[in-house]
Amino acid sequence: MATRTRKLGWLQPAVLTGSVIPLVVISYRAASGGLGANPIETALNQLGLLGLVLLIASLSCTPLKIVFGLKWPMRLRKTLGLMGFATIALHFLVYLAIDKELNVQDVVDDITKRPFIAIGFSAFVLLVPLALTSTKGALKRLGSTRWRKLHRLVYLAVPLGVIHFYMRVKIDVSEPIVYGVVLALLLAVRLKKRS
Amino acid sequence: MSHPVDEPKGSEITPEAVYSNRRAFIGQAGAFVATSGAWGGALVAVSSRGQADPPEAPPPLPQLGPTTSATAAAPPQVIASPYSTKEAKTSFEAITTYNNFYELGLSKSAPARNAHKLVTRPWAIGIEGEVEKEQLIDLDTLLKWFPLEERIYRMRCVEAWSMVIPWLGFPLAALIKRLNPTSRAKYVAFQTVHDPKMLPGQRQPVLKWPYVEGLRIDEATHPLSMLAIGLYGGALLGQNGAPIRLVVPWKYGFKGIKSIVKIRLQETMPKTSWSEAAPSEYGFYANVNPTVDHPRWSQASERPIGQSGRIETKMFNGYGQHVAKLYRGMDLGTSF
Repeated sequence: MATRTRKLGWLQPAVLTGSVIPLVVISYRAASGGLGANPIETALNQLGLLGLVLLIASLSCTPLKIVFGLKWPMRLRKTLGLMGFATIALHFLVYLAIDKELNVQDVVDDITKRPFIAIGFSAFVLLVPLALTSTKGALKRLGSTRWRKLHRLVYLAVPLGVIHFYMRVKIDVSEPIVYGVVLALLLAVRLKKRS
Repeated sequence: MSHPVDEPKGSEITPEAVYSNRRAFIGQAGAFVATSGAWGGALVAVSSRGQADPPEAPPPLPQLGPTTSATAAAPPQVIASPYSTKEAKTSFEAITTYNNFYELGLSKSAPARNAHKLVTRPWAIGIEGEVEKEQLIDLDTLLKWFPLEERIYRMRCVEAWSMVIPWLGFPLAALIKRLNPTSRAKYVAFQTVHDPKMLPGQRQPVLKWPYVEGLRIDEATHPLSMLAIGLYGGALLGQNGAPIRLVVPWKYGFKGIKSIVKIRLQETMPKTSWSEAAPSEYGFYANVNPTVDHPRWSQASERPIGQSGRIETKMFNGYGQHVAKLYRGMDLGTSF
């Protein structure tokens, strides 16, 4: 087992690096005019979608273990989750600082008046305590039972993210529905395991 | 007898562990590069869409007027319009690569990529309903009836972005006048060509095809309403609604129906595609109105494409002095 652990030592750094690559690509395209005529809209769409994909990938690690007995995805769960959170945080920052130009009143109006924004914002806020307690120290301080209870919030946050995406789309909802179905399958595997 | 051959000293021999470690290291480095590249590439592919390359120049305008040896080479005469705004024009590149034309694809960049599928000649427009004579007019015949004007109009999309576009075309009022509408002509209905071979987006039931739009007769005959056949001095490209489209600058962009094949004058209010698809979000009038928000975003401001920052949206997109009188006494909060 020890040699096997060492053999896969490259896996987590590789997935971390791979998860950063799209952020580098988006930044490069933003700087070089490669995001098209409405770069802010494009950056928001790409960051939002990327964050959702990373979070769903993170949620797929445990089901992969349950269904296929694969252990290696478990090493990636935290990396994928934290990268998903970081990407969603960037998505929110672009909205706040560039799209809304730090006009707090505008943002408050958006959140209070528009369910689409309110749901996306709630999803982000729910992820914050999870990111803050992602360290080993936090796990120790909270204790395993409480930590796991807290981290169940992810099952609220990610579906809210999918709903936010669904509401964002003007008419063709096929893509958000695909994400919704994948998420539902992942949750079903866990619920089946528990029962 | 000792061997004259230099055998390596014991200290020079690479220990087996180091040797196999290096192999392992190279193997792991390869796995690292392959995995990070594959994962990163997959994420980029999933989260970003291909960008469309802009066309290099607008295609030449179709030959207008009688073709003689003297006029064959000369570009058509274009009249400047007093209705033009003096604001800076949006770039040709942005106007031709950032489009909403679901019939040519759902993303902003897809219409430019698929535009070549839309064949715009021969093209005929059916004139129907409350007119002196119902007829099918060849577009090139119709284009000889009216002098071309360049009009630089603001275009405000319902999605809260805007452009300034130098259109080429003629007033819709001129066509309607020529058709001699009857007294029962209260509305004008428009229809986009329905041909999934040329417009592959029509294979997907995202909207009810063909796209339909409509105006009240006083809106249609207002001097600002125009039928455009070109922009930036050249003919319209597919992604902009070639070969002929509606432009109503005080209304949200989706009222500007593209690739028109039918114009019908009628007594009843026509159906319009977006108000049929989502009646709570899009109305028949669709006048630009900063005080009536879309359910999902504010309409108070807009992002001019090609500029940084937002600007305040003006009532009737800044054309209120010309058109506000059309809506006197109406509640624009309910008739949105």
